[in-house]
Amino acid sequence: MSDATLSAAPAGARPLRRIGLIAAALVLVAAVMLLVGARYGMLLAIGLGFGIALEGLRFGFAGPWRAMILRREPSGLLAQLLSIALVAMAAMPLLASHPGELSGAQAPVGLAMIGGAFVFGAAMQVVLGCGSGTLVNAGSGNPVSLLALPFFAIGSFAGAYHLIWWTSLGSLPVLTFTGLPGLAATLGLLAAVALVVLRLAAPGAVRLNRRHAVAAAVIAALAIANLVVAGQPWGVVYGLGLWAAKGYVALGGDLAGSAFWTAPGSMDRVQASLLTDYTSLTDIGLIAGAFGVAAWRRGGFSAGLPGYPARAWIATVLAGFLLGYSSRLAFGCNVGAFFSGISTGSLHGWAWFAAAFAGAHLGIRLRPLAGLEART
Amino acid sequence: MTRAVPACLALGLLGVIVALDLAAAPPNPYRAPAAFALGSGTASAGGFCGALPD
Repeated sequence: MSDATLSAAPAGARPLRRIGLIAAALVLVAAVMLLVGARYGMLLAIGLGFGIALEGLRFGFAGPWRAMILRREPSGLLAQLLSIALVAMAAMPLLASHPGELSGAQAPVGLAMIGGAFVFGAAMQVVLGCGSGTLVNAGSGNPVSLLALPFFAIGSFAGAYHLIWWTSLGSLPVLTFTGLPGLAATLGLLAAVALVVLRLAAPGAVRLNRRHAVAAAVIAALAIANLVVAGQPWGVVYGLGLWAAKGYVALGGDLAGSAFWTAPGSMDRVQASLLTDYTSLTDIGLIAGAFGVAAWRRGGFSAGLPGYPARAWIATVLAGFLLGYSSRLAFGCNVGAFFSGISTGSLHGWAWFAAAFAGAHLGIRLRPLAGLEART
Repeated sequence: MTRAVPACLALGLLGVIVALDLAAAPPNPYRAPAAFALGSGTASAGGFCGALPD
């Protein structure tokens, strides 16, 4: 596929391209189902769904936080809270009734966890891409996200490499909301945050637009499907770190110095096929699904690339690395900690939200200093 | 240059990573778990960013 063919295909070629995109997705999913296993194929399909929904409905995490902080536009943030609530209503009863088969995104609140979430919130505003957003943006042709992505993976690997040391600095036991009382507490807290957001909203700003509401429902349905198929919630950064770990080992690197990567479960996953790792499969689907939507759209790839000064690219590399490193310390990104943590009852999801939202204020100020406000 | 270039690069690099990994660690479909974790009777064994190593 050349630049020209993707950017300016004649109108007659568009249906053919769309049939090709659908066929490619079906063939990919079928191939993984047959050659790797049905569960893995379904997770690739779920990942494709995430990518299609996030890119197709122009929904995400970093952008809505920026809109709320800068312009007091609440719609995207309210949609995130709605989506988390929808997932919680299914996930928390399922976790309570099937504790041996399903696990939540439950992690301890700690010093490094809170610091990591703050740094992640700042870094995701610098590059305007969170865990899922960086993958989706790279797949749809954003050059900043494409550059950030490999450093995100390296950062995730390095953060996991040092995770045990960071966690030893001090953390609480894992605290979770469970069962129906836990669900009621989670929904009550989500409603309270939504009320605060509505109170802070600019007069006349749309409260919850239709596109965001649809995205909230679709993302929730896919997240519940992820839990039912994989037995664990939707996550992003583990897979990226695993890709880097595999690359490190392939280049002759030794993981012996890391308590994380030498743990039996980690070693097994480094040696196993990437197509048997759940978060890798949904990560692949996020990139490919976003690519598919951009290729499907009329003029989806036709926009010219914005110009950035050199310091913007340096900032992108640093922010990409920090996104990966900090998200491991924080026990997840906007997906694994905020979205999946809160929706499966983990207190660390709430701590993550507060710390990352505070960090986002800093990141919004840093972005123009880094030269990342595009010169078109 | 348009957005097609980074998008194709992203997809291409992804393809290279998957291809290299398939060559190094071919999957075995006969060892695949049940299609759905829910109702499978076995615990999830996947890696997750919120979990400490097992």
